[in-house]
Amino acid sequence: MRRELPALLAFGAAMAAIPLIVSSEYLMTLATLALYSALLGISWNILGGFGGQYSFGHAVFFGTGAYVNAVAQVRFGLSAWAALPLAVCGGALVGVLIGAPVFRYGLRGSYFALVTLAFAEVFRVLANTFDFTGAGVGMMIQLKPGAGQFQFTDPSGFLWAVLVMVMVGLLASLWLRHSRFGAQLVAVRENEDAARALGVDAFRVKLGAIALSGALMAAGGFFYMQKFNYIDPPLGFGASVSVEALLVAIVGGIGSVYGPVVGAFALEALGQLTTALIGKDPALSVALYGVILILMVAFMPSGLAGLGEKLLRRGERGR
Amino acid sequence: MFADSILWPALLNGLTMGSVYVLIALGLTLIYGVLHIINFAHGSLLMLAMYLVLMLFQGAGVDPYAAIPLLVLAMFALGYGLQRFVISRASHARDENILLVTLGLSLVIENLAIHFFHSDPRSLETAYSINTVDVLGAHVSVPRALAVAGALVCGAALWYLMARTDLGRAIRAVAKERQGAMAVGIDVRHIFAMSFGIGLACVGVAACFLLPMYYVSPHVGNSFVLVAFTVVVLGGMGSFAGSIIGGIIVGLVESLCGLYLGESLSQIGVFVIFIAILLFRPLGLLGHRA
Repeated sequence: MRRELPALLAFGAAMAAIPLIVSSEYLMTLATLALYSALLGISWNILGGFGGQYSFGHAVFFGTGAYVNAVAQVRFGLSAWAALPLAVCGGALVGVLIGAPVFRYGLRGSYFALVTLAFAEVFRVLANTFDFTGAGVGMMIQLKPGAGQFQFTDPSGFLWAVLVMVMVGLLASLWLRHSRFGAQLVAVRENEDAARALGVDAFRVKLGAIALSGALMAAGGFFYMQKFNYIDPPLGFGASVSVEALLVAIVGGIGSVYGPVVGAFALEALGQLTTALIGKDPALSVALYGVILILMVAFMPSGLAGLGEKLLRRGERGR
Repeated sequence: MFADSILWPALLNGLTMGSVYVLIALGLTLIYGVLHIINFAHGSLLMLAMYLVLMLFQGAGVDPYAAIPLLVLAMFALGYGLQRFVISRASHARDENILLVTLGLSLVIENLAIHFFHSDPRSLETAYSINTVDVLGAHVSVPRALAVAGALVCGAALWYLMARTDLGRAIRAVAKERQGAMAVGIDVRHIFAMSFGIGLACVGVAACFLLPMYYVSPHVGNSFVLVAFTVVVLGGMGSFAGSIIGGIIVGLVESLCGLYLGESLSQIGVFVIFIAILLFRPLGLLGHRA
């Protein structure tokens, strides 16, 4: 862990320096969106990568973060900074509430994926129904520019804000790689029965992972709300956010600490490239993401990060 | 006798919609329930089949019910090819990978449909679409009544295929004991692809019955995919009779939730059933075998 901290700090410093080097607002926004995407991937990776529980409904945590934020500000008049801890705790709480019955009854594999999707759908229908959450119209937060309201007037503000969240997520991932808890989580992923036989409380370990993952995803939802000021049920709880989180993690490398960051930047670059080549056609780019997902699973199951590691090792052997 | 209440039409509505769910889920029962290929693209493949029916109708004037043989052939061929050349090759026989590959397929199909057909919902008007039959005082449209018959015929045909034919025996053998099936000379990859093809042929039939009473848009598959999994899990993995019962229960629950809780909450009952069944009785209603 001590050896990896400098690398993490160097990454953080390099990202934080972007606004100091680049003056183009466009590039800064791109970096911000890539980091935001990385945050979703890091969250998915904690449960899916380290824990081996593939969620198809991660939007349930994202939407919770976004909606708790919106409700706290609009209905209770709280400031965005006060809403942030509420949103994060909300995501963790929803994680525990879903995880407790699901893990207690031992749902895994495809059942886990489908049941998380079903929970996201239940939340979507509920948010779509009650006036408290704005029903089908969605919710808008008031435009009050200023760092005091987490609505930065300078694009660098948003970049630094999401970078802090990403750094927290990376720290959590590094902690998982080096802590007793993380080792137990990986053991449960590899062979739950064997882990139990060695005295690992698989239920508690998985519950911790889904809470942590939910908290980070909710932070992503909170950030989305601050950046775009608007949320509605399909944006918050729909499939596209769930797919984004999973895709970023898989393209980058499941179970690798920096994989989601690599995946997020690669997909952001690819998105820009396709826009430049064929013009803005969101449907075609999502179709392309589908093709990439299939190709990654088929030919590069350990993702870009895995490929990088393999090349590094080959280089060392060559010397 | 129920003519003056709103309950009877709602029950009939649930029964007919449930029959469509049966049609959609029968294919998934074979693919997911028997062989455990988690086909997440089931909904988007249904959407694709519905556009095929629509194009045949608008382009060549083929009646949706007359299109059934064409759809069966086309979807069977597509299914066989997809399983043999894409899903099985890309997924390295791991459950999570099958899930991801079919998710990728659904992204591709759905978004290509948005690109080529645009997002607006379309429907199909036949001469008999507005005709109704009288069932104990409630009116049921002809396409809805036909869907009930279609579900029963399709379910019986699949049961016959599985129970009485060599192909059915081979599929069951592969599902139960893959190594043993291989040892007695069954081409396992061929059987997997055949099952997937037959499953999608059912989806083609479902599309023919569904389009005259529903609409099609590139997103229509999303509203069916979880419902189809719910029916399969509720009925019991791999049980065709279970799928018929499960589909009708899901249709009724949806209709009654819509009646008593309001239209926007109508689907919530289905999702709650799904979660509850997975948690408390993962075998489903008619499932045996742990």
